[in-house]
Amino acid sequence: MGVYRFEGGDTVKNLFVSGHRACAGCGMAIAVKLILEAAGEDVIVVSPTGCLEIVSSPYPETSWRVPWIHSLFENAASVASGIEAGLKALGRKHEAKVLAIAGDGATADIGMGPLSGMFERGHDITYICYDNEAYMNTGVQRSSMTPPGASATTSPAGKVSFGEIHPKKDLASIAVAHGVGYVATASVGYGLDLMRKVRRAIDHDGPSFIHLHTSCCTGWRHPSSKTIEISRLAVLTGLWPLYEVVDGEITDVKRLPKRLPVEDYLKTQGRFSHLFRMEGGEEIIRRIQAIADANAERFGLDLEG
Amino acid sequence: MKLRIGAIADPGTSIVNRTGGWRSEKPLIDHSLCIRCFNCILYCPDSAVKYSEKEGIYFDYDFCKGCGICANECSGRAIYMVMEEK
Ligand SMILES: Cc1ncc(C[n+]2csc(CCOP(=O)(O)OP(=O)(O)O)c2C)c(N)n1
Ligand code: SF4
Ligand code: SF4
Ligand code: SF4
Ligand SMILES: [Mg+2]
Repeated sequence: MGVYRFEGGDTVKNLFVSGHRACAGCGMAIAVKLILEAAGEDVIVVSPTGCLEIVSSPYPETSWRVPWIHSLFENAASVASGIEAGLKALGRKHEAKVLAIAGDGATADIGMGPLSGMFERGHDITYICYDNEAYMNTGVQRSSMTPPGASATTSPAGKVSFGEIHPKKDLASIAVAHGVGYVATASVGYGLDLMRKVRRAIDHDGPSFIHLHTSCCTGWRHPSSKTIEISRLAVLTGLWPLYEVVDGEITDVKRLPKRLPVEDYLKTQGRFSHLFRMEGGEEIIRRIQAIADANAERFGLDLEG
Repeated sequence: MKLRIGAIADPGTSIVNRTGGWRSEKPLIDHSLCIRCFNCILYCPDSAVKYSEKEGIYFDYDFCKGCGICANECSGRAIYMVMEEK
């Protein structure tokens, strides 16, 4: 399997160019830049409707320097499947790898069926879900990836509500259950780890899936300078475990010398601020801590027990 | 505007959109503190941090939106933000 090295300096490929309209400090924009840096030029990328598509392709401009196509909101996995099948039929599969880069709403909500079909048919596609934990492009509506306790415009915190109440869907396990050979979680806060995983996913034959956590400073409500720091805190508190699943076996878990309390993550963002103000907020924070503790138990996150 | 078939755009054309005008603060660097870790290049959302052997780290102010990530992630604390004056 390929190992990706970031040489930095003046060797960067810059396949996702400047001039895109993402908010200052957008985590997704950083992630996409790094994905292409690791993937290289020989890829065809599909993106559904969402922030990524909107900020990178106001006609007649595009920020992409690789072939890129916009699908509908719901069918990135189907369009990617068609491209891969087409390359195969034309005997041109060796020319490019197919990548889908899609939001959490496009993946875990409306595009779940098409993704399941793509996995089932065994297409050689790397599908990356950038998870900013809501429908950001349309104004921060909750998705099935919005975490418990977060306020979104359709799950607002208020007198009788602490915000979102449902747990996040476990997308990695859904992919593993389909028999997908390479599955990983990643975070924009760990750029080199992300690039290494993208390389592995692309080099893997057949479908592969990366669930990528990317902070959205606008929707999560934090200063634009803190995007990377806060994404890292999700990992360091155990709320976003980093691991790979190769042929069904969990491998390469990022272990934590000293796991931080979830408050360290929650208090950095406006979407959780009500938990620290409202009566009963501590109980919700306790429940969020229980999620981190369960992750630690399941993945063996704590270096010292 | 005339749409081309399939609404095809030429690669990398968003470069005409100078996002530097969005900025309210801008990054500056104290070169003596730079340890060449390249975190700034890695994490700039707008690919506005550049490097050359001769000049070291420098910024492309045509595109820098002033988010402050490069300063926040700088291992050497070499990058700092100042209020933009126009
Ligand atoms: C069938 C359909 N329903 C609704 C929309 C409106 N819409 C556009 S983007 C979007 C949300 C995208 O959310 P996500 O996939 O999480 O991407 P993000 O914007 O957060 O990056 C919605 C609801 C649409 N374009 N098509
Ligand atoms: S709303 Fe969030 S995800 Fe969308 S461009 Fe802005 S920071 Fe990025
Ligand atoms: S302030 Fe933000 S946009 Fe400007 S160079 Fe630094 S990281 Fe890039
Ligand atoms: S992040 Fe700071 S120390 Fe590292 S290369 Fe950039 S300016 Fe130098
Ligand atoms: Mg989203």
